[in-house]
Amino acid sequence: MKLFKFTVSLILVAGIFYALNTKIGDTPPLGKFLSPSQGFWQNEVTESNSPAESIAIDGFIAAVKVHYDETLIPHVFAQNDNDLYRAQGYITAKHRLWQMEFQTHASMGRVSEIVGAKGIEYDRGQRRKGMEFGAENAMAEMQKYPEQQKLLMAYRDGINSYIESLDASSLPIEYKLLDYTPEPWTIKKTALLLMYMTDMLAGGDADLENTNFIKLFGRETFDLLYPDFYEDQDPIIPQERDWSDFDVQPVEKPEGDFPSDFISKTMDKPNQFNGSNNWAIAPSKSASGKPILANDPHLQLNLPSIWYVMQLATPEKNTFGATLPGAMGIIIGFNNDIAWGVTNATRDVKDWYKIEFKDESRTTYKYDNEWRAASPRIETIKVRGEADMIDTVIYTHYGPVSYDHSFMGNNQKVGYAMKWAGHLSNNNQQTFLELNKAKNYDDYAAALKYYTAPAQNFIFASREGDIALWVQGSFANKWPEQGKFLMDGADSKYEWQSFIPQEQNAHVKNPDRGFVSSANQHPTDQSYPYYVYDDGYEVYRNRVINNFFRSKEKFSIQDFKDLHNNNYNLKAAELIPTMLTEMERSALSANEMKMLDIIGQWDFNNDIDAEGATIWERWWGNLYRITWDELNIENIAIHRPDAYQTIWMLKNRPDHAFMDYQETTEIETAKDLFLMTFKEAVAGLTEWQEFSGKSLAWEGYKATYVGHLLQALPAFSRFNLPIGGNGSIVNATSQNHGPSWRMIVELGDEPNALGVYPGGQSGNPGSKFYDNMVDTWAAGEYIKLLFMKNANQTSDRIIFSQNLTPSQK
Amino acid sequence: MKNLINFVLTIILSLALGMFLPWWSIMLGAFLTGAIVSLKKTAVFVVPFFAIALLWIINAWILADANDFILSEKIARLLPLNGNTTLLLLITGVIGGIAAGIAGVFGNQFKQIFARPK
Repeated sequence: MKLFKFTVSLILVAGIFYALNTKIGDTPPLGKFLSPSQGFWQNEVTESNSPAESIAIDGFIAAVKVHYDETLIPHVFAQNDNDLYRAQGYITAKHRLWQMEFQTHASMGRVSEIVGAKGIEYDRGQRRKGMEFGAENAMAEMQKYPEQQKLLMAYRDGINSYIESLDASSLPIEYKLLDYTPEPWTIKKTALLLMYMTDMLAGGDADLENTNFIKLFGRETFDLLYPDFYEDQDPIIPQERDWSDFDVQPVEKPEGDFPSDFISKTMDKPNQFNGSNNWAIAPSKSASGKPILANDPHLQLNLPSIWYVMQLATPEKNTFGATLPGAMGIIIGFNNDIAWGVTNATRDVKDWYKIEFKDESRTTYKYDNEWRAASPRIETIKVRGEADMIDTVIYTHYGPVSYDHSFMGNNQKVGYAMKWAGHLSNNNQQTFLELNKAKNYDDYAAALKYYTAPAQNFIFASREGDIALWVQGSFANKWPEQGKFLMDGADSKYEWQSFIPQEQNAHVKNPDRGFVSSANQHPTDQSYPYYVYDDGYEVYRNRVINNFFRSKEKFSIQDFKDLHNNNYNLKAAELIPTMLTEMERSALSANEMKMLDIIGQWDFNNDIDAEGATIWERWWGNLYRITWDELNIENIAIHRPDAYQTIWMLKNRPDHAFMDYQETTEIETAKDLFLMTFKEAVAGLTEWQEFSGKSLAWEGYKATYVGHLLQALPAFSRFNLPIGGNGSIVNATSQNHGPSWRMIVELGDEPNALGVYPGGQSGNPGSKFYDNMVDTWAAGEYIKLLFMKNANQTSDRIIFSQNLTPSQK
Repeated sequence: MKNLINFVLTIILSLALGMFLPWWSIMLGAFLTGAIVSLKKTAVFVVPFFAIALLWIINAWILADANDFILSEKIARLLPLNGNTTLLLLITGVIGGIAAGIAGVFGNQFKQIFARPK
């Protein structure tokens, strides 16, 4: 009997231990997780509660002083670069470790290791894109710069010093929730983080979709719906720019047509609204007589934020701005002499080549008159709680065969290989290190030479009064339409033949108009002597921005703030008058007339209380969908025409065959679609109002949220933020996307700078600094950035200070 | 009296072991106490249960109170408990209590089988 009771209690105790120490489904291991000594209660801390005065860390040469201001922005003062970047690594990890690791796992396609089988499709896609391959190419190039390599090691070791200081109780909360532990940081992870950005910003293309479209609808329709240039455009480089000083190398277009294949499915594209605004004015255009620069990169709105703000100073330099956790230095920022910012220089830098394999073993492929050896790369995807998933990706000299019989294709002997600027060997990191210490235009222009991808519009202003903008990246020198469609990988004539020489990348310095700006639009007009193509140039924000700067003589910081928060919906303004004129009012009910009146009185601003904005967005969404109903074709990937050309068609070709709505027996025109989709919008909104109990105010309908990186875990996210704007508006805040960092810098005797982002400096959801800037950001307000001249400066805005000291051995 | 001794010893041992052992230090503490201080009937479970439930609730409350319950409130939405931090504290106590109670029972049985017959 005693033995029986003993056995039963032994089983019970073992059972309860197992149950409370193991993650079951999505439930964290409850004993571990709820334990006050080890679980989440230990993360219930705010960084400013009793911080240590001094922390001893291996590898520092001299002590580093860190002041934290009331936004928890660290002001780091080191004696040399080794200590500076070691401190950056340590401090960033201390506030953002989980995010840093998660993003690099996501980049490489290792999410399944953390979340299990539901991550496999995503991970396979990352492997098929060659993300690790690109990171390896970057690492090989970075190794050629021994000085930088030392700094990368110091940065890495700083992160690892923090990781080593952790124990089970001090792990960031996400590790506890998902029950895993961090691995050591490596230089490769820095390269992977930069690839993650490259994929986000330069990972899109529509070449295969274009190929499908032409095969289905013909060349003429394609050119009508997807023109290379739009009627209304205001390019980045002012149209007055004369390019005759460029000695252009011609490229030869081969005879023949592109392979005519149907591609059924392609990988998910980056968010079409990834983009940004930047602008800068010369002293002549500035009310204060000082140059002013602004930037706001538009990305998915996440917590922890993609940006982490720091001041990084040594006796040689003093730089302030937004960093990317995982990469060294400031990415968007300023120092005493210059300010710079970036927007995405959208261009088709990813092309596709059709690969014919000799046989089903797929070991060789046709290239001119020979069979070239392909090299298989075995991708092992570890899956939490399950067996590994093995995928073989074949590499050609172009790049990875992303699509083949085992991935979105079906032909054993045919594949599609990716040629991508993102895979080119590069040292993008060096550009930022040099910009951080740049003092003038020449330093800035020299720093850009290293920069390959994702191509960016680097905007610049200096205390000396120069303003400039370079469209910088590695761009193939293409013949007209090269790479716009699938190309024949068996014919060497279709290769990228050369690159546009770096000094002939489009750029402008001190233009007569007194301002430079970019908003992801066309870099130049047709006069630029190289072929430029992208499937998604922006057509609205740039015109609002440039017209704003043409509207008066002088501008101030307040004007810059107003422009960041400008909600003018040019897209709506260009279509609504036509819609209202064409509207068949006799066919409308009382409720529909009421809504039409609201939109008729709307001033085209997507302000938070604008009901017209809500009706328009719903109406436009329906209209866009129904206009292109012909393009919903099963098993054929299609890229829909963009908003601008859709509106152009609705206004100029209202009787075009595509205007017909296929579900009905009648033949519709644009006018019919306006009425039909308006009625649908009113019905939909009425139903939505009954269901939600909300008014039609735009903020409630849009319901902007900032979601935690882990599938927007609601408890760690912020919802229903009162903010206006939308995609294609200068205040580009849509539901979960928008200005991820807003910065305004006026250069003078000392920089006068403002910044804000929809998040907080701490990655810990338990900290009051986790999301403390979200409301400031939503209100269109800014934090005045505290630019400290040296470590001994005092300020009542400093809430605590720390010394990072060399460990005593 | 033995109940009180067991109660206090469970807490002291768990705290001491917790200095260098993970969360299951409370199971070990309750087990050792159960093996040292024999209790009768339901007290075998109930005493360590309440000892650790109390320890965890107070400990958790001190940590959360110092930070205005910022994280606890979020976890109480995540688990999901509707953001009710009092309930989260109670559940924390119950989970710790069950682990300790069962370990106490096992300690008691362990003693009975290995103790020399008197």
